[in-house]
Amino acid sequence: MTAASLSRPPHPAWEVEIRVRGLEVGFGEKLVMKGLDLDIHRGEVLGFVGASGAGKSVLTRAILGLLHRRAGSIEVKGRDLDAMTEAERGRVERRWGVLFQQGALFSSLTVKQNIQAPMREHLDISPRLREELAMLKLALVGLPPDAADKFPSELSGGMIKRAALARALALDPEVLFLDEPTSGLDPIGAGDFDDLIGTLQETLGLTVFMVTHDLDSLYAICDRVAVLGQGRVIAIGPISELLGSSDPWIKSYFHGKRGSGREAAARSGVAAASPR
Amino acid sequence: MSLAPTIASEASTDGVILALTGDWTLRAGAGLEQQAAALMAAADGVRRATLDISAIESLDTAGAWLIDRSRQSMSAAGVEAALTGVRAEHATLLRAAHYRPVDAPPHRHGPSATALLADVGESVYVSGVDLIAGIDLLGRLVAVFARAAITPMRWRLTALAFHLESFSLRSAPIIVMINFFVGAIVAQQGISQLARYGAGAYTVDLVGILILREMGLLLTSIMVAGRTGSAMTAEIGAMNMREEIDALKVMALDPVEVLILPRAAALVLSMPILTFLGDIAALFGAGLVMWYIGGVTPEAFFTRLQQPYSLERFEVGLIKAPFMALIIGIIAATEGFTVSGSAESLGAKVTSSVVKSIFMVIVVDGIFALYFAAVDF
Repeated sequence: MTAASLSRPPHPAWEVEIRVRGLEVGFGEKLVMKGLDLDIHRGEVLGFVGASGAGKSVLTRAILGLLHRRAGSIEVKGRDLDAMTEAERGRVERRWGVLFQQGALFSSLTVKQNIQAPMREHLDISPRLREELAMLKLALVGLPPDAADKFPSELSGGMIKRAALARALALDPEVLFLDEPTSGLDPIGAGDFDDLIGTLQETLGLTVFMVTHDLDSLYAICDRVAVLGQGRVIAIGPISELLGSSDPWIKSYFHGKRGSGREAAARSGVAAASPR
Repeated sequence: MSLAPTIASEASTDGVILALTGDWTLRAGAGLEQQAAALMAAADGVRRATLDISAIESLDTAGAWLIDRSRQSMSAAGVEAALTGVRAEHATLLRAAHYRPVDAPPHRHGPSATALLADVGESVYVSGVDLIAGIDLLGRLVAVFARAAITPMRWRLTALAFHLESFSLRSAPIIVMINFFVGAIVAQQGISQLARYGAGAYTVDLVGILILREMGLLLTSIMVAGRTGSAMTAEIGAMNMREEIDALKVMALDPVEVLILPRAAALVLSMPILTFLGDIAALFGAGLVMWYIGGVTPEAFFTRLQQPYSLERFEVGLIKAPFMALIIGIIAATEGFTVSGSAESLGAKVTSSVVKSIFMVIVVDGIFALYFAAVDF
C-alpha cells in the first residue's frame, strides 16, 4: 500500500487543534520564547524549523507541559490548558503521542512492554487485546515481530525511532509530537520514516507537529512549515510560500547548498517522488 | 462526548445484519471488547452475517482490529461474514489494522527446583567471574600505576584533587559524626557492664582497643563504600551506558588510567585520613561519656589510653585502611564497567557494588585479624 494511492481525508476548514498565544519561556535571565503565537491545525503536518539553539525543543516541551511557562496560554480544542482540572488535562494528554529525540524508551522494558505500558496504565482492556494491539502497532511502524521481545539497548538507532513511534501510537493519539524524527537515520531510512509518518497521518487522521532539520521531510510530508527565530514564529506557511521569503535566515536555510537541490526538484515537479 | 459502541441486530433472509454505531475507539475501554464479543455471539450459528459499519461515528486502530478480528473469527466458525458500508477513511484504517493472528506470548514457567539449582550454580559461577574481573582490574591498575610512577606527567592532578576533595573532605563530617556516636555508645555500654565487676576503669582499654584496632576502620570503610563506592559505580556505569568509555578507548586512552587511577589513588589517600579522623572522633565521644557517666577525668582517660601498646593498635587500624580503599575502589570500578544498557542494570550494579564492598571489607578485616594474631602484633 503506497501513500500516494490514498486520498487525503477532507479537512473541515482547518480547525485549530492547539492554539499557543503569547508564550514566554525562559531560563534564568535568558528569555527563549518571547511572546510566541502558533496555531496547529487539525489534521495537518506542521514542520517546525529554526537554528540550533533557537528553542524548538523548548517550544515542544512547553506545549507538552514539561517546562514552566512564564506567560502565555495554550488552548487545546478551544479550551485553555491552565483552566482545566487535573483529570481533564490527563484526558487531553492521553490523546497526545510524543516521540522524543532519543526515543526515551524505558530501558528496562522490552519493546512490547514499552508499547503496552501506556495501555496498561490507561486502558481497561483484556491482556489478549493488549498483546494484539502491541503487535499491530509494531507492524504499523514496520518493525519485525521478533523485535517485540528485544530490549531498547539491543536495537539500532532506526529501530529505536520506530519502536518509540509505536509507543507514541499506543493509545491511538489524535496529535503526534515528533522531535527530530529522522535525525540519525540514513537517507533511505529517513525517507522510509517520512513515508511511514505520512501514511500513518493519513490512515489515522493524525495531527502531526514535527520539529525537524531534515529538508527532505519538510518537502515530503509537511503541509505547512513554521520558522522559529528570535523567540517567535517569524514565518509560517506552505513550503512554496517560504521559498519566496526575503528573510535572510529563511533564504539561506532553503536556498543554501543543502536546500537548493530539493528546491529545484520541487519546482520541476520531481517532488512527486515524495509520498504526496 | 464520546458515544458508547453499540450493535443493532436484525434478522435477514439467510442470516443476520449487524449494524454498528457509536465510537469504536479505545476510549470506550472495556465496552469495546464487550461489543466485539457481542458481535460474535449475535452471529453464532447463522449462515451469513453482514457487518454494517456505515453508521460508525469514529474508528481507531483498536476498533478496526476488533471488527476485522470478529469478521475473520466468524469466517473461521463457518459463518459467511462480510463488511458493508465501509467509508473511504475507514477502509484505509481497516486495511492498515487488518487482523492477523498474534502468537500467544510464551508461557513463563513458575519457579522450579531445577531453576533454583540453576540460579545457585549461576551465582557461584558469576562470583568466580567477578573475582577474576577484580583481579584483572587490580593488575591493570598496578600496571598503570607503575607507568605513572615512572612518568609523573601521566598523573591527572586536577582529577586527583577533585576526587580527593569529594572523597575525603566532603565525607569527613558524616564519618566523624558516626564514629563519635558509636564511640560514645560503646563507652556507655562498657561502663555499665564492666562496672558490675568493679572493672569500670578497664572501659578505657576496651574502647581503645576496639576503636583503634577495628571499629574506626570498619565504620569508615562501610560509610565510604556506601557513599563513595556507590557514586563511583554509578558514574562509571552511566559513562559506560552512554558510550563515553568507548569514546576514551578510541582516543587511544586507557579508561583505567583516565578514570580509575585518579579515583583509586584518591580513595587510597583518603581512607587513612578518614580513618584517623574517625578514630579521634570515636575516642572523643568515648572520653566525653566516660567523663560524664563514668567519672573518669580526661587526664585519667588519656593517661590510661597511652599504654605501651596503644600506638601499635592505632597502627594496626591505620595500616589496613589503604587496602580497604583499594578493595572498595576495585569493586566499584568492576561493577561500573559491567553496567549494560538499562536503567535497571545501573541500579542493580550500584547495589551489588555496595554490598560486595562491605562484605569484602569485613572478610579482609577478618583475614588481617588472623594475620596479626599469627605474627603476634
